[in-house]
Amino acid sequence: MMEKHTLSVLVEDKPGVLARVSGLFSRRGFNIASLAVGPTEQVGVSRMTIVVSVEDFPLEQVTKQLNKLVHVIKIVELEPTQSVQRELLLVKVRADATVRSQVLETVQLFRAKVVDVSPESLTVEATGTSDKITALLRMLEPYGIREMVQSGMVAVGRGPRSITATAVR
Amino acid sequence: MTTATPRPVPGPPKPAPPPRTEPGRTDPAYADPGHADPVRIEEEGVTGAQSLVRSLEEAGCEVVFGIPGGAILPAYDPLLDSTRVRHVLVRHEQGAGHAATGYAQANGRVGVCMATSGPGATNLITPLADAHMDSVPVVAITGQVARPLIGTDAFQEADITGITMPVTKHNMLVTDAAEIPRAIAEAFHLASTGRPGPVLVDISKDALQAKTTFSWPPELRLPGYRPTTRPHGKQIREAAKLIAAARRPVLYVGGGVLKAQACDELRELAELTGIPVVTTLMALGAFPDSHPQHVGMPGMHGSVSAVGALQKADLLITLGARFDDRVTGQLATFAPGAKIVHADIDPAEIGKNRRADVPIVGDCKEVLADLLVAVEAERKNGIADLSEWWAQLDSWRTTYPLGYDWPDDGSLSPQYVIERIGAIAGPDAIYAAGVGQHQMWAAQFVKYENPRTWLNSGGLGTMGYAVPAAMGAKVACPDSVVWAIDGDGCFQMTNQELATCAIEGIPIKVAVINNGNLGMVRQWQNLFYGERYSQTELGTHKHRIPDFKLLAEAMGCVGLRVESRDDVDRVIKEAMEINDRPVVVDFVVGADAQVWPMVAAGTGNDELMAARSIRPLFDGDELVADVDTESAVTAQVNAQSQEEAR
Repeated sequence: MMEKHTLSVLVEDKPGVLARVSGLFSRRGFNIASLAVGPTEQVGVSRMTIVVSVEDFPLEQVTKQLNKLVHVIKIVELEPTQSVQRELLLVKVRADATVRSQVLETVQLFRAKVVDVSPESLTVEATGTSDKITALLRMLEPYGIREMVQSGMVAVGRGPRSITATAVR
Repeated sequence: MTTATPRPVPGPPKPAPPPRTEPGRTDPAYADPGHADPVRIEEEGVTGAQSLVRSLEEAGCEVVFGIPGGAILPAYDPLLDSTRVRHVLVRHEQGAGHAATGYAQANGRVGVCMATSGPGATNLITPLADAHMDSVPVVAITGQVARPLIGTDAFQEADITGITMPVTKHNMLVTDAAEIPRAIAEAFHLASTGRPGPVLVDISKDALQAKTTFSWPPELRLPGYRPTTRPHGKQIREAAKLIAAARRPVLYVGGGVLKAQACDELRELAELTGIPVVTTLMALGAFPDSHPQHVGMPGMHGSVSAVGALQKADLLITLGARFDDRVTGQLATFAPGAKIVHADIDPAEIGKNRRADVPIVGDCKEVLADLLVAVEAERKNGIADLSEWWAQLDSWRTTYPLGYDWPDDGSLSPQYVIERIGAIAGPDAIYAAGVGQHQMWAAQFVKYENPRTWLNSGGLGTMGYAVPAAMGAKVACPDSVVWAIDGDGCFQMTNQELATCAIEGIPIKVAVINNGNLGMVRQWQNLFYGERYSQTELGTHKHRIPDFKLLAEAMGCVGLRVESRDDVDRVIKEAMEINDRPVVVDFVVGADAQVWPMVAAGTGNDELMAARSIRPLFDGDELVADVDTESAVTAQVNAQSQEEAR
């Protein structure tokens, strides 16, 4: 059984830092289930949210090897119960006049949004946990999914405390 | 125009290395006594290239091994004027990289190599990977095409930072001349602190040509780099408790002890506790071979006593070693009864291959110093009796000493040749080996008494390492005798550097252990492939191509040849007398000699064969000898094919 862990990794915003991280994962045989990168509240610091599938390697090896990268500043594991985790989905569903209302009903049930419409399709935007996104897709599949795109997971810890790169000058 | 105007700045100097490191020991770059006082240097109107050379000077670099070319050309102009940095013009960039490694291995400072963009840079990859595997502090400087050309598949363009990411500790691309001093300072700091390793600095040609201001020392910006050198006190006490209680402890010593310059502390701890010491291939010389507590080198070709010690131990005190597969054999059956104390400066090594009962992250020198105090305190509560353990170890040592047979065909024994070189050149000489049988024999039959006298490619196993590494070592230690012990296969990969040695006045001595074959591969073919010798005969015996004596002479060296036992000592002594030129001795030795003992790849250490027909069994106090050769080798072949199937 594959265990999944969410790592929040603060890195220096330098050219090649994504290549360093992804290269490390591939050459050490670690599996990335999802990866999202973006800026943070601190200039020069980016935050990667990496979902790791751990099977053959203990998570400890993954974090220790990541820590050896000079551009990696800090690594924190986010527990699912102690953090808010979200993915973004954009999905283009086949929906002509005959089924449009049914599709719209599903969209409302999941608190998703319609962001584009045409005579034969609806484009839906949804955010949520992996489970919610998967459930929504399962409901939309019968109508026909013409195209979909999904982001990696981003996550933030619950409560007032924050993960910051205090060492960065 | 370069005008140096050193000005003292008020207030405390900006600390170049972050706290927790000790400038001067782990960070030779900052140990330059001439710059110990806080002097801030500002030089205006310099080019990026001048800034690079000034940075190298201030970082403490005294020699660069390299070859110029288009993109690095601007750097070579101010290099001509530098009185503090010597440049050694090599014949191939691989030679520059291994020379920098040999230099660093021999004297502990950062080795520096330089190459141009594209093919110059890609030729450095093997030595960089080599230095990475063996944790050697090396800084490589490469030229890159001008910034507007990067990414356009320009002439001699290669993405060398992308290519070397997996084989360097860190690398960087500099396209702004103002960044050059910081890049060089950071490179030297990263290479020499924490777990040492190679760092590559790629500098675009336009940055080398641009006008800039040189200022030193620059501020290092490495927020993500904080190596832990100070071990945790609680872990040290836990380790001391285990050490005091152990009945069959072993000090399992790796190259980290040499890098931390902790050999004196190691000896103190060993002598205080009476615990046996094994030194890995990377640690030979960290503890004197002649010391009564030294029980040998463990591993695939380790001594029976060292392999047996690990297998039967109840405690391994692992210092700066990494449970490499060549030491552990099959991991599942390695040292089955041992608790593990594992001290290493790289936390990722701890628990990577073998779970540690007491993990200690820290510099081996500090770990050993703290352990000494803690163990001394613990010993007041009583000392475990090690006499039974020593009786066992001594019986292995006396029953299975390292040895060899003379070839039946009357040819010269390679082991004898290497043994005699070690005896005549002595423990103060530096020995650099290639990779293969001769390397293992040089590890077994030369007696190492001093740190940094044994240089080899342990992790990557780079054939061709010996000649350029010996060259680097000779530059680092010009007063030491430096022998490259090479094979005829290895020698043909990098012998072009003999021309460098001859012209630059670097009188190394090379022993070519010429068995006419890729000997180690041939040994495996003999044992595991039914004596089918596919592509291992080099023709250096049959056709005498090349003639190593003539080859040496053609490159400005003295060429000598030995074919019989009677000439061995005389010719080695003759080579020892020649100090104005490099010497190459072609030792024509038997092709069938094999390296024993041996643990076949993929099998457990308990399957160790002391010699072709002798298999000491470690599972019992009785030593069983003379196992049927055929069945034992068959067992190895099976294990071998299983491993290959995986």
